[in-house]
Amino acid sequence: MLEVRQQYTFYGILLYVTATIFVLYLAMGQPEGPVWKGLFWMIQLFICVNAVAKSFLQEGRGRLLYFYTIAGARDFILSKLLFNALLMILMSGVSLVLFLFMLGDPMGHEGWFVLITCLGGVSLSLVFTFLSALAARAQQGAPLMAILGFPLVIPQLLLLNRISTIAFEDVLQGGLGWMLWIMTGLDLLLIVLAIILFPFLWKD
Amino acid sequence: MEGLTPITYLCPSKKNAMLRQTWWKILCVLLLAYTVIAGFLGAVPAKPIVNESIRNLYFHVAMWFAMMIFLSVSVVYAVRYLRKPNHKDDIYSVEYAKVGIVFGTLGIITGSEWAGYTWGAFWSNDPKQLGAIIAMLIYYAYLVFRNGIPDMDKRARLGAVYNIFAFAMLFPTIWILPRMVESLHPGGMGGNPAFKDLDPQMAMVWLVGAIPGWSLLGAWIATLRIRLSLLAERSYASPKDRH
Repeated sequence: MLEVRQQYTFYGILLYVTATIFVLYLAMGQPEGPVWKGLFWMIQLFICVNAVAKSFLQEGRGRLLYFYTIAGARDFILSKLLFNALLMILMSGVSLVLFLFMLGDPMGHEGWFVLITCLGGVSLSLVFTFLSALAARAQQGAPLMAILGFPLVIPQLLLLNRISTIAFEDVLQGGLGWMLWIMTGLDLLLIVLAIILFPFLWKD
Repeated sequence: MEGLTPITYLCPSKKNAMLRQTWWKILCVLLLAYTVIAGFLGAVPAKPIVNESIRNLYFHVAMWFAMMIFLSVSVVYAVRYLRKPNHKDDIYSVEYAKVGIVFGTLGIITGSEWAGYTWGAFWSNDPKQLGAIIAMLIYYAYLVFRNGIPDMDKRARLGAVYNIFAFAMLFPTIWILPRMVESLHPGGMGGNPAFKDLDPQMAMVWLVGAIPGWSLLGAWIATLRIRLSLLAERSYASPKDRH
């Protein structure tokens, strides 16, 4: 995959994560819970745009043709989704550690938040993998990603932000567990859509 | 007389053939006239808070019905296009989507106006409002995305793929999420009943007049636009040149 061949991109994103969070620390110090939460998800969004979005955009035409000959469309998109999900979990994990280290720890239930972070990272990566495939076929690149992606991730980010309250408050509000299921359902929906629709993007 | 359906039996002459094609447009005008006249002049129950603004039911809610219908039709044509590429299906799909988007936008505007007089603010970041605006943004992105692709076949195929995707996102954004949280809008968890005790006379105007009327108007606009697109298509490429 791309990250193994071009390792500088991988380290590039790591550096990007570290630098952004450090700047955030310099600017914000150690903020309160809601601000912390909001900042965290915004940073996740930008990491995802940088890390996942280029998975199709930076592949050369020849290499896509090569993948086309060795793998079916479904296998290819599944492997891409899986790889990007893992990559995003890793990146989210790194940024969570950095956040805890620099911006402090306003949470009461860290375990929950780790779980939510993984879920959120996976969801964001699913959306952006699919959109990256679309944008790459349209030969448009990054601006198109932004146009298509941001409306699609708003509901996810709102949902994630709300779910994160689980980790911050001692008293659990009713309905939050439900949202966790909705989020998982949304992810499954995205995977199914990607599997069904990708073959139509693939043949050219 | 075998082989003649009742309608051909009733309208045998050529003059009546025109009537057969246009009856629904006449019906549309009649229904909308009924909706507007009965909607503004008819009696409505005096309820606290909503008062006379309850008449917006004929406009606001009907807009969303029409939007759902047109976006559904659009996605059906998108699926048809993907199954068997045919340029006509693509034109149908995009024109129905455009009409759906217009109705959705009108739905947001009428809803916001209604909220201004009943909830106290035209925009209050209510979950229902947010969901609706997100859904509309996703569909605006559809139009921008399509326009960004120069190649016609590619535009049709990618547009169809995104259309299906957008339609799937419509359900979480306007059907599921706003229902899960507290909302001032009926249908949320705020305990705001909407249609439990709808006045029979209002139900009549709403179900018979408003919903079919606005939907037929949208279908009329869409068919006109489709005819225009097909003509424009034909004028610069003869059908033989296309595959």
